[in-house]
Amino acid sequence: MYAAIEAVRQGAASVLLLDRSLIGRGGATVMAQMTVAAAVGPGDDWRHHLADTLAAGRGLCDPALAALLCEVGAECILEMDRWKVGWARAGNGFAQVQAPGHDRARCVYVDFLSTGPAVSKALRAQVQRVGDAIRRIGEVLVTDLVVQDGRVTGAVALHVASGVALTIAAAATIIATGGLTRLYARNSASANMSGDGYALALRAGATLLDMEFVQFFPIGHLAPRLIGMDPIMWDPFRYKLGGRLLNGAMQEFVERWGGDAENGTYSTTRDLATYAITKEVEAGRGSPNGGAWLSFTHVPAATLRAAFGPVIDRLAANGIDLTRDCIEVSPIAHYHMGGVRVDTAMRTDLPGLLCAGEAVGGANGANRLSGNAITEALAFGRIAGAEAARQAAEGAPDFSAAAAREALALLAGEGPAQNPAALVARLQRLMSTDVGPFRTAGGLARAAAELAVLRAELGTTPPGAPGLAHDLARLDWLDLRQMLLVAEAVVVAATARVESRGAHQREDFPEMSPAWERNLPLRLRAGANVPELVS
Amino acid sequence: MPTTTLHIRRGGPGEAPRHDVFELRFEPGESVLDALRRLRIGTDPTLAFRYACLNANACKECMMLLDGRVVYACTARLEARDMRLDPLPNKTLLRDLATVIAPPDERLD
Repeated sequence: MYAAIEAVRQGAASVLLLDRSLIGRGGATVMAQMTVAAAVGPGDDWRHHLADTLAAGRGLCDPALAALLCEVGAECILEMDRWKVGWARAGNGFAQVQAPGHDRARCVYVDFLSTGPAVSKALRAQVQRVGDAIRRIGEVLVTDLVVQDGRVTGAVALHVASGVALTIAAAATIIATGGLTRLYARNSASANMSGDGYALALRAGATLLDMEFVQFFPIGHLAPRLIGMDPIMWDPFRYKLGGRLLNGAMQEFVERWGGDAENGTYSTTRDLATYAITKEVEAGRGSPNGGAWLSFTHVPAATLRAAFGPVIDRLAANGIDLTRDCIEVSPIAHYHMGGVRVDTAMRTDLPGLLCAGEAVGGANGANRLSGNAITEALAFGRIAGAEAARQAAEGAPDFSAAAAREALALLAGEGPAQNPAALVARLQRLMSTDVGPFRTAGGLARAAAELAVLRAELGTTPPGAPGLAHDLARLDWLDLRQMLLVAEAVVVAATARVESRGAHQREDFPEMSPAWERNLPLRLRAGANVPELVS
Repeated sequence: MPTTTLHIRRGGPGEAPRHDVFELRFEPGESVLDALRRLRIGTDPTLAFRYACLNANACKECMMLLDGRVVYACTARLEARDMRLDPLPNKTLLRDLATVIAPPDERLD
């Protein structure tokens, strides 16, 4: 949405904003209950934020992209404030909390647990304010990009509500589809984060990098079952209140796995906390449902209510009283550091194709710093929108319907009945089991073999007849086609990287190696099913 | 073993209304949306309903009628009894439990 707004501000006359769900209601941003990192506090500077971002990235950040994230991101946060997003205030400035990995309190937020919905709402309002130059169409699943002589000239898509296939011509196309969390059984984003953008870019001929780096959020909600709450909600609780992470015997354990004593604060980085919880469970000291306990029982009721007011009532409706009850948490797929390779104008290797947000690879290296995801979405959206407007001003190439023929044929296909929802569930299980935060050569080989089996079962034609309104079986089939390719990319890169770094931990190669302080780019050869490493 | 029986309105516009009956294992703590997703994986992948955010009540897509009352399927608890699900009556039907809820200026037509 930021890209669309900026494109019009920079002179684009006609912007088409497509979303595979309702506009601004799916994806990751609307789900983010947590905080947003930006150097907007007194005495802070985007260079300090950059230093923390680079340190978290374990040597693999693209410094130029990381600098844009921090510098442009801070400007975007201030612009969002002018757009009345409602950042919480303290005194004359923003209320800011210190998240793990930051050198100071740098993270703004919207109370109570409303950061993501507030950001989405403010952007939706701005998009509408821009007026008719932005045409918004929801429920459109882009299935392939159209490529003519190495240049992206548009896309082919399925209009989910009607089942009709669409062809779209564009002078510039921006991928802003987010990450790949749906590849995992337990994840913290919407059901539509299938890695679409990575698959679209690969099939068109663009390059991906850092695909092995999937960030697991260590304290995703595990039990008891909560309804109507985001599984990452305990992060803002820990920012404000500290809390204690305990094993099945109600003992603190992070120190045992290389962390520092937290003493009621929130200081352990995500990769270490994920490691510590997983190892503690493996050692037989997990909580009853296979995670860790998170306790706020030492925090007075009045303090809890002051920090989270209405959320305390929603917890009570779920039968939870934090002054009395601990909850169980465990790692959950949360974000993907890798993505499409771009330059500092968000241009991919292919003319006419840009990328923005989480779908971009390289800015966050091997491990993303807390709070950088929305900052990145805003900053890269703004840059990509400006560049798209510049390219559109140079004129659009002639669109060739012939170049869209193969992609349209896929959507017109009528295949045998099958259950792609069950295949998606199988993919999620295998990725969680063998391509989670901790990997081995054996597990990755097993995953590669199972992906090949799934691809064979998927076949080459979506089930049933085309043209049915809201046909979830065909939608799942089309999603799984993309998810399998993206899963292959993760497995290929994770197999190649024989070291442990940030979010990629190889149990058979536990050390970080200086020789591996480099990115792994991937491309898909025409006609191939599995992407290959390129030098 | 306790079970839930879901009576789910099926079909598209113009088709004679019918309710398909699905019996499934009752899982304490599950939402109605969880049960619908479980049905798609285990029984009938063609069952149509809307959702994006799964559990967070952020996307507001999963509105439907539960025993005649408007609910979000993601916040309505599954219960060990007969439950009837229908699409929103005041919206254009797409199919099964899915209706047109996009704002008019965000539609294709």
